Amino acid sequence: MSRTPDRRRPGRLERSLPPSPTLSWHDYLLAENPTSPAQARLRQAYLAALAFARNRLAVVGLAIVILLILTALLAPLLAHQSPTAQDLTARLQPPDGAMWFGTDELGRDIYSRIVYGARITLGIVALIIVLVGPVGLFVGCAAGYVGGWLDTLLMRTTDVFLAFPRLILALAFVAAIGPGIKNAVIAIALTAWPPYARVARAETMALREADFVNAARLQGAGAWRIILHQIVPLCLSSVIVRLTLDMSGIIITAAGLGFLGLGAQPPSPEWGAMIASGRRFILDQWWVAFFPGMAICIAGLGFNLLGDGLRDVLDPKQR
Amino acid sequence: MALLEIEDLWVRFPGVRGPVEAVRGVDLSVGREKLGIVGESGSGKSCTGRSILRLLPRYATVTTRRAVFDGIDLAHASERDMRRIRGSRISMIMQDPKFSLNPVMTVGRQIAEAYLVHAEEESGAARRRTLEMLAAVRIRDPERIYGAYPHELSGGMGQRVMIAMMLITDPDLLIADEPCSALDVTVQMQVLAIIDDLVQRRGMGLIFISHDLNLVASFCDRVVVMYGGQIVETCAASELHEARHPYTRGLLAAMPRIDTPVDELPVLERDPAWLEPL
Amino acid sequence: MNRRTPPNEPSTENLSLRAVEAADLSVVYGQGDKAVHAVKGVTFTVSDGEAFGIVGESGSGKSSVLRVVAGLNHAWSGRLLIRGREAEKRRPRRSYRIVQMVFQDPYGSLHPRQTVERILMEGMAIQDMDDRHRRIQRVLYDVGLGGEFLYRYPHQLSGGQRQRVAIARALILEPRLLLLDEPTSALDVSVQAEILNLLRDLRARRRLSLILVSHNLAVVAHLCDRLIVMNEGRIVEELEIGELRRGAARHPYTQQLLRASVGYDRATAASLVTYD
Repeated sequence: MSRTPDRRRPGRLERSLPPSPTLSWHDYLLAENPTSPAQARLRQAYLAALAFARNRLAVVGLAIVILLILTALLAPLLAHQSPTAQDLTARLQPPDGAMWFGTDELGRDIYSRIVYGARITLGIVALIIVLVGPVGLFVGCAAGYVGGWLDTLLMRTTDVFLAFPRLILALAFVAAIGPGIKNAVIAIALTAWPPYARVARAETMALREADFVNAARLQGAGAWRIILHQIVPLCLSSVIVRLTLDMSGIIITAAGLGFLGLGAQPPSPEWGAMIASGRRFILDQWWVAFFPGMAICIAGLGFNLLGDGLRDVLDPKQR
Repeated sequence: MALLEIEDLWVRFPGVRGPVEAVRGVDLSVGREKLGIVGESGSGKSCTGRSILRLLPRYATVTTRRAVFDGIDLAHASERDMRRIRGSRISMIMQDPKFSLNPVMTVGRQIAEAYLVHAEEESGAARRRTLEMLAAVRIRDPERIYGAYPHELSGGMGQRVMIAMMLITDPDLLIADEPCSALDVTVQMQVLAIIDDLVQRRGMGLIFISHDLNLVASFCDRVVVMYGGQIVETCAASELHEARHPYTRGLLAAMPRIDTPVDELPVLERDPAWLEPL
Repeated sequence: MNRRTPPNEPSTENLSLRAVEAADLSVVYGQGDKAVHAVKGVTFTVSDGEAFGIVGESGSGKSSVLRVVAGLNHAWSGRLLIRGREAEKRRPRRSYRIVQMVFQDPYGSLHPRQTVERILMEGMAIQDMDDRHRRIQRVLYDVGLGGEFLYRYPHQLSGGQRQRVAIARALILEPRLLLLDEPTSALDVSVQAEILNLLRDLRARRRLSLILVSHNLAVVAHLCDRLIVMNEGRIVEELEIGELRRGAARHPYTQQLLRASVGYDRATAASLVTYD
């Protein structure tokens, strides 16, 4: 921890350091006295990135996640052919020069299907994050800060959702509304948000009596202002870490739903559904189930490593 | 006739911009006396105390030219040797009993455990010794406290329990790292009286680490003042008010006093020359 | 147009106006068997412009009294007047421009993810004050921090610097009464001296009334004009600072505190008694 010695005599007004044209990026980002809110925030981000980069496994995780994102975005460029193009004369071909991962039972190129499948996986992940993160965060923070009847109401609601087993709820959805990715996502989201509410609530209850919260009260801040400006930013890191770590579980759950035929429907190249159809050939044509399985493993691993790295960097002891 | 002699102690920690030197070339010699180490935060006093017992984290680099305790070479002792020394020949009391006592064990059990680790006795004898120690630290109802949990005790009581736990093995040297900082002023006096009594009666050496200059001057026999990882002053406690180093004099002047009113407290002007290697 | 939010004051400056009048103040935490009577019927007054000290050990109730005056604690009974007006349990927003507080722990009183500038802006945004940038510059100058501290985060500041920011935050709303809860207990002696000098200076320049809570008699003696000594929720003695300095305390508890403040002494330690 670096500190400038407080040597100057009180009462002397000093001018801020102007950024100089000869200052390198590294020096600019690490300057002790930022001259704008943007520079201050960049400095924090840069220091966090440096700390993150020291953990090699975390960097591997980040690389995997970036690879996943790029694959999803650039799928049309990376794939060799359409994921749904069938060639019944080339069914169940082993991996070779042209078909890197071989073909499946309908002659489709498995490699291209995996590349397009990344879109589905990433889409599910993104949707879940967007639905689950904010809801869990706000429910938890409100319950933790306000306490009393609101706490009881929100937490018992959370308990109700927590009680539902994920797959069985998905089955119920399918029975009621029909199969499909959208319904699978809703089923996962409904059962995934409660832990975040709990995590946010626990953090909020610890922060509720902090002096900076008292100081905000003493300035006339109302409950909502305190929750939004003081508490949520501090709970955000735990929620982000937890979300990242849970992603691998979500990916596997989505794949599991696809495996059961409850998620993406054929001919959609969802990885779980691909494993399901490859199950029949697993002994002789191992590649049909193997490559989608590996893709799921690697994606899950990537999020786990990234989450671990983020936790080390965003840990409260850095505060 | 020194119990502990340390020469040229250096403690370094890895930092973002290169290694941080917490302790820079400290020489220490403690006999059967009360030695006070005084300094502000960042002076290196706590690191010095902990390095004696090798209680610093693994990423800290500790080097000494010489470190001898009662004929034992501490610098080259193995971890097993250190375990035999810690708690039985050199003990340490820390600042807050809330954090240094195990919250899920009763107090009596913890003390008895500290005893049994180093003594070849059975648990019955350990319980008797524990009750004796609790009485020695002036706890009026040793039986009740034996079965109490740390969170049920007040700060002063908790510190007394710590003292009992650390002195039950009859060590030769006691290191006390800010033992009174978390306590009220009257409780501080009581705890210090207990330490004073036990140290005198058993002929122990005491290293008392604190930021409170007045307290150290009134309690200890000799005082060592640390700044920026180095010792800047050594003198007898009674002569502290005639200290020579400008840092010590500045510190003494900066303290408000009840009996002498001043309009403005003289502010310590830190001279960068004080950080130069001595 | 410069719109100043008018502070909540009577129109004529009444010189004999008391800053604080507390009568039979009591604070109870919890209920039934587990009720803790932190403050038991405390009565005191603070004159306008006076620096008033509340001294006590832990559990004496001194911090609870301060929190009641600040408006942070709603569970009190008794009578409390601040600048002649009855203090309500739930204070109106404008009341926070009269009373402000500086907390003990510099490491916990600033939001770890907000820059100094943001911390100082917050109060002004809530109170809808004008000319914010100039006010920030002014207050930083007053507490002895330069403009280069504006965009630092709290972990880039030393303990003394954080406490200065905390004082700036309190002063930016231009209060008349400043409450200080052990403002220097967590600071090194040399830094304490700077902060005490700063507080004395600010008090004189802004003509503030102060209530200082501390366990350290020397600190209270330096800043305050009068003080009360609390023990176990009650006021044990009320003294002028001159009397304290001369050692003319009457109650044995105060005398005991005085003796213990001087330093360790075997005779003193032997004579200490726990007062109930």
